[in-house]
Order: sequence, then structure tokens, then C-alpha cells
Amino acid sequence: MNSTLSRLLQAPSVILLLIWMIVPLSMTIYFSTQRFNMLYPERSGFVGLQNYEFFWTDPSLWPAIINTLLLVGSVLVITVVLGLTISVLIDRPFKGRGIARVLLISPFFIMPTVSALIWKNMLMDPNNGLFAFLATVLGAEPIQWLQDIPLLSIIIMVSWQWTPFAVLIFMTSLQSQDREQMEAAELDGAGFWSKFFNLTLPHLARPISIVILIQMIFHLAIFAEIFVTTSGGPGVQSTNLTYLIYVQALQGFDVGVASAGGVFAIILANIVALFLIRAIGKTLTV
Amino acid sequence: MTDKQKNILKDNTAIIFGWFFAFLFFFPIFWMVLTGFKTEGQAISIPPLLFFEPTLENYTEINSRTDYFHFAINSLITSIGGTLLALLIAIPSAYSMAFNTGRWTKDVLMWMLSTKMLPAVGVLMPIYLIAQKTGLLDNVIALIIIYAMINLPIVMLILFNYFREIPKEILEASRMDGASTFSEIRQIVLPLAWGGIASTALLSVILCWNEAFWSIVLTTTDAATLTSLVASFQAPEGLFWAKVSAVSTLACGPIVVFGWLAQKQLVQGLTFGAVK
Repeated sequence: MNSTLSRLLQAPSVILLLIWMIVPLSMTIYFSTQRFNMLYPERSGFVGLQNYEFFWTDPSLWPAIINTLLLVGSVLVITVVLGLTISVLIDRPFKGRGIARVLLISPFFIMPTVSALIWKNMLMDPNNGLFAFLATVLGAEPIQWLQDIPLLSIIIMVSWQWTPFAVLIFMTSLQSQDREQMEAAELDGAGFWSKFFNLTLPHLARPISIVILIQMIFHLAIFAEIFVTTSGGPGVQSTNLTYLIYVQALQGFDVGVASAGGVFAIILANIVALFLIRAIGKTLTV
Repeated sequence: MTDKQKNILKDNTAIIFGWFFAFLFFFPIFWMVLTGFKTEGQAISIPPLLFFEPTLENYTEINSRTDYFHFAINSLITSIGGTLLALLIAIPSAYSMAFNTGRWTKDVLMWMLSTKMLPAVGVLMPIYLIAQKTGLLDNVIALIIIYAMINLPIVMLILFNYFREIPKEILEASRMDGASTFSEIRQIVLPLAWGGIASTALLSVILCWNEAFWSIVLTTTDAATLTSLVASFQAPEGLFWAKVSAVSTLACGPIVVFGWLAQKQLVQGLTFGAVK
């Protein structure tokens, strides 16, 4: 294959992705400097950094940033710790392992909107939900999950979906672990924890960092779970950055401010992406 | 403790914890499926019912109440359309990158991946306004294009990994026999890479099917997919748990099965080939 043909074959994907990236991106940056509200199209024009100032001084911004970080951070800790625990515990053949594995990873394939509804209605509903029932059986007061601890409730939902992802990756990676080395360590009298910290954890270092970084990308953009369960409330208690911008864009119709928020979200994601690309770039052999 | 006892203990630990966690994580799904076979009264009853006379009413009436098939067809069209479009663009490119790897190939692939990091909300307004201007708001074509573009980087990278595993010698031999590039692709590469392409497609379909942000934002009725349909049940009025559960079960069932089948490819695809 000559290089002209090769370029010709590669061109469509490169050009299309370039357009997909540059056109909306430059429009977002452009809009962010404009007065542009869909409800008042006649008021328009360049406003400099006013939209940024508006977005920056929005009292909901800091709660939203803190919620975003809390959401991402907690889900990361929960999924990685739980994922490690589960995959190490079941890293040996047992009866029905295939079926148990299939059941265990299923939540990851559930639509986020469905997952949100299952938790919101059938599990967390304070009157008819299963948790409320269990609480009464145990003689406790049912928790008003989405009312009193909305962010924690969403953290639980998201962790339920993503722990299986961590398990799936860790289990796959554990299968390639050197068994002989493990047995040799055992013969030398190494205990469970010493084997875990000296052999297993180093072996899983790369999968762990990838699980963390990929989840960061997805969790910075969590939307459906919030949209379906709490709509960001009560107040802004469960509003993250994505939801805040969504509200400004499609409920406030303020294109300018929403775009300024968009630029902000892009910068945040890029900081994360920088690390991710570096980590993956190292492992990709070309 | 002897070694044998130790082993038995470990086996028991694995089986107990394995099934405990499997049950714990699968329970909400099990509960949803179960609720789908209840009447509305049974669905909200306290104490919750584990044993009851199952009804198929929610399923037989599913279409009359929610127009389920309209949304299901939209989900099918957008998932398959987005996947096919992504494959159409990616197969020639990934092929050429894998067999004609250049100095920049790795950088190009990494750059492609980096476009995946562009948060949807960062380009929400432009995409929305472009769709509005071009009449593609609430139109499946808009979703097909967006799904193809957001999955293109992942599809490229997995295909690239698959194509690279094809031994180059086979191609060289066929080239000596005077085969053109396109007959080379058709007769040698595609048959060998077929499994890889199929599983890449499966992964892409799963991702498209479960996509919620663009579907909720860009569609209202005509092009709304199952994710939007389910999202519309968020309204507090009316507790139709049984019906919602039936709809949800139908909406998630096929994808969960797909996910079971594509576990290995999913690991590769979602970690961009870094974990195999």
C-alpha cells in the first residue's frame, strides 16, 4: 500500500474528528463572549468576559464544583476499594463462578436512567421502598434518601453501576498474574497481606490507574442520574457542574453563560485528560 | 492448618463471597424484573411481595400505554446507525494505520482518544443550535451522527489493535500474487478481522443504546430513544412502578445479554486496549 492511498484511507476519520472537535469548540468559545439568550434574541453583541463573571459569581457554582469533586472522589474510592476486594476474593475457580461473574457485572450494562429509577422508586422511596421497609422491620426511622442525603444517594447509585466495571477489569487483569510466583511466595511463608501488597497490587497498578482515570472522565459528566432522581436538589445539594450548565442552557436559555460554563468544564476535563492520555500512551505499543 | 485445609478454606471463601456479592449487585435488577410481573397495587405493597401471582398485563399493555415500540425502534436505529457509520469511517483508517504504521500513527490515535475527553456539556450549546438550524432537532440523524463521532475514537483504537494482530506475512504473500489493496482487504483482512469487527460493533451498540445525555437534550418525541422514555418517568405524578419496571426490563434485557457476551472485548475497549 503506498502512502498516498494510506493517507486517503486515514483522512476521513481524522478530518471528521477534527471538525467534530474544532467547530463546536470554537463556537462555544465564541458564544461565551456574546450576549445571547434564546428568549431575547434581539439583545446581542460582544460582552467580553461578562458571561464568565456571571458564571463565576453564581452562588451555585461553588456548591456545584464541590459536589462534582465529592461525587467523583467518593465513587472512585468506593469502586476501587470494593472492586479490589471482590476481585481478589473470588480470584479462584469455584462452583458457578461464570454465573456469579455474569450477575456481578450486570449493573454496568443497565441504562443510567433505568438505574436511577430503580433506586429512586423501588429501593429508596421513603414510603413504599424496600429500604424503608427494612428500616421499619429493624425498628428504625426510614431514611428520606433523596430528600436528606441526595448526593450520597447518587454516589451509591453510581457506585453500584461502576463497581462491576472495576471488578471486570481487575478480574481480567488478575488472570494474567503469575501463579508460580504466587506459589513460590507462599512456600516462602508469605501471608495474604504480604502477597497482596508485594505481588498483587503492583500487578494491578496499571489497571487501577486506568479504572480511576476512565471513571473520572465519565463521572465528571454525570447527568442522567441527577436528572432523573433529584433534578439537582433540594436546592443545589446534588447539582454538579454538568447539571448546572444544563440548567443554564436549556432551562435558562442563556447560551452565553452556558457556554462560559462549558469552557470551564472543558478546562477541568482537560486537566484530567492530560493524565489519562499519558497513562494510556505508555501502554500502547505502536 | 495443613495446606489442604487452607485450600478448602480459600475455596469456601471464594464461593461464599462470590455468590454474596453476585447476589448483592444483581438484586436491584432482580427486583426490577420481579416488579414488572406485579400489578401496580402489588408493586407498592408493604411489606414488599416476594411471592405473588405473576401477571403479564404490564407486558401485554406496554405498547398501548407508552408507545414502547416507537422508542425501541429509535434506539435500534440510532445505535445501529451510529455503529455502522463509525465502522464505515474507522475500518479503512484503522486498517491503513495498522498496516502502514507511520511516525505519527501513535500520536494521531492518542489525539483521537483525547477528543473523547471533550465533555458533552462543553459543546452542548453549539450542537443544540446547529441541530436547531439544520432542522435536526428531535431527528434520529442528529443522534446517529453524534453517536458515531463520540464512539469513533474507541472503535478506531480497538480495530487498530485487532488489525495489528493479523500477521503481515499473509498480506505480503497475497501482494506477491498481485492482489490489489481492496481485494486484499476484502479477501484476507476482513475474514480474519471479522470477529474483532463484530465485537467492536457490539461494544459500540451497547454504548449508544445506553447513551442518555444527547438523547435527553436533543430529542422530545419523534426521535426519542428508550433512555429518554425511561427518563420521562421521573415525573412524580403517578406511581406506575410495575409498568416502568416492565418497560425498563425490556429496554435493558438485550443489552445486558450483549454485555455478558462481549465481556472480553469490553475490557479491551473500555481500557483502550491497555488491559487484555
